[in-house]
Amino acid sequence: MSDVNTGTPALKQGFAEMFKGGVIMDVVTAEQARIAEAAGATAVMALERVPADIRKDGGVARMSDPKMIKEIIAAVSIPVMAKVRIGHIVEAQILQALGVDFIDESEVLTPADDQYHILKSEFKVPFVCGAKNLGEALRRVGEGASMIRTKGEAGTGNVIEAVRHARTVLGEIRAIQARPAEELMTVARDLQAPYELIRFVHEHGKLPVVNFAAGGVATPADAALMMHLGLDGVFVGSGIFKSDNPERRAEAIVKAVTHYQNADVLAEISEDLGAPMTGINIDDLIPAERLASRGW
Amino acid sequence: MGPRIGVLALQGAFREHRRHLESLGAQVAEVRLPADLEGLHGLVLPGGESTTMARLMTEYDLWAPIRALHDRGGQLWGTCAGAILLSREVQGAPPQFGRQDSLGLLDVTVQRNAFGRQIDSFTTELPVTGLDAPLPAVFIRAPAFVRVGVGVEVLSEFEGRAVTVRHNRVLATAFHPELTDDNRLHELFVQQCLVPT
Repeated sequence: MSDVNTGTPALKQGFAEMFKGGVIMDVVTAEQARIAEAAGATAVMALERVPADIRKDGGVARMSDPKMIKEIIAAVSIPVMAKVRIGHIVEAQILQALGVDFIDESEVLTPADDQYHILKSEFKVPFVCGAKNLGEALRRVGEGASMIRTKGEAGTGNVIEAVRHARTVLGEIRAIQARPAEELMTVARDLQAPYELIRFVHEHGKLPVVNFAAGGVATPADAALMMHLGLDGVFVGSGIFKSDNPERRAEAIVKAVTHYQNADVLAEISEDLGAPMTGINIDDLIPAERLASRGW
Repeated sequence: MGPRIGVLALQGAFREHRRHLESLGAQVAEVRLPADLEGLHGLVLPGGESTTMARLMTEYDLWAPIRALHDRGGQLWGTCAGAILLSREVQGAPPQFGRQDSLGLLDVTVQRNAFGRQIDSFTTELPVTGLDAPLPAVFIRAPAFVRVGVGVEVLSEFEGRAVTVRHNRVLATAFHPELTDDNRLHELFVQQCLVPT
């Protein structure tokens, strides 16, 4: 019998590749997970409250009840992700023990550690982490993240921050490609990112892992915009189950990600979806309410 | 001039297949709508999520045109989720879906997630009939062909279960050759697409 390896970086990153061109949806019940799967989600993110409700209710947001996560795992055949607080090693161990397929070390929950993130390479289960810029993304990859999502401003239904962070990450990648090789160590110093990963970006013109958009995607056009900017797929949180017709909106957003280059299809699927989530103007948020600024 | 090969680009690892096929001289078209299938010698159905791809294939009326491509002599190859889409019977679909739709062009029963969840995903060196050395194989929440019909050739097995099968211009692999640098299976497929039928 030949050697068999599990939990390797290739397997974790390869798994993330399978979500590309797809939509990962936040769900809080098994029923919502079934709706997401039927709508064509490539994975669901199990959490106790969607970001819009975390904003509204306040308090400390933590890992979900394992019972709820188990119910969601039993309800669907697509992969199930779940969130842990930044730096909460034990929440991550619990999710791994439950058999969750992917862990999101997420700024949407209240951070457990204001200095350090989880050493994700120590786990067999792959991790996705948020990032606002390239340095942050590469620090997370250096810690073992197998997937990056640009942060956006979750729970606002306002795509501006997702666009800002996507343009920042992708623009910084293009800037690094344009630098001569002898400048890369200084680039690594300035971005506070591992040198080897800066060299990877210089050579390949992309992150070493899949890069999804997240935070504030509320319409099919928002989702297509993020693909148009050059991301690999989209996370949708409050945007679906806080809208008038979650089934139709979920289906439309899935199709928008596949056909983001086809405006005729986008026009057709954007029609008559009912009201989107109300949304929040980000200028109205006081700094302490901004989730994207968590993480370092 | 290389063959014209489509890659189903609804979702999943279609860019990886595209890269391998282009490096071997094929002209590659991304297939999202039925019109994209015109003039193809073959089609690759990539890894991804089979429920998502099946749903979008229904939405965009791709089932009959893909069967028609095969009928007129086209070669098909499915990897992981793509292999599920080619199989006649699918086990392990979510109960609320009833029977999972598939093209049914390969007379096998495929078991979804046959080796477990993501934490059980694995890589191994897999001997494959017709290749001189084992192939690096990446199994991610992989299926297995648990029943193989008459005439279906089993090219490789893992732990007693068929993981590469071929019959009647249809090739199916339970793992992901598109995620490795070894493109021997892509080479085999490109050559098949050049054979006049």
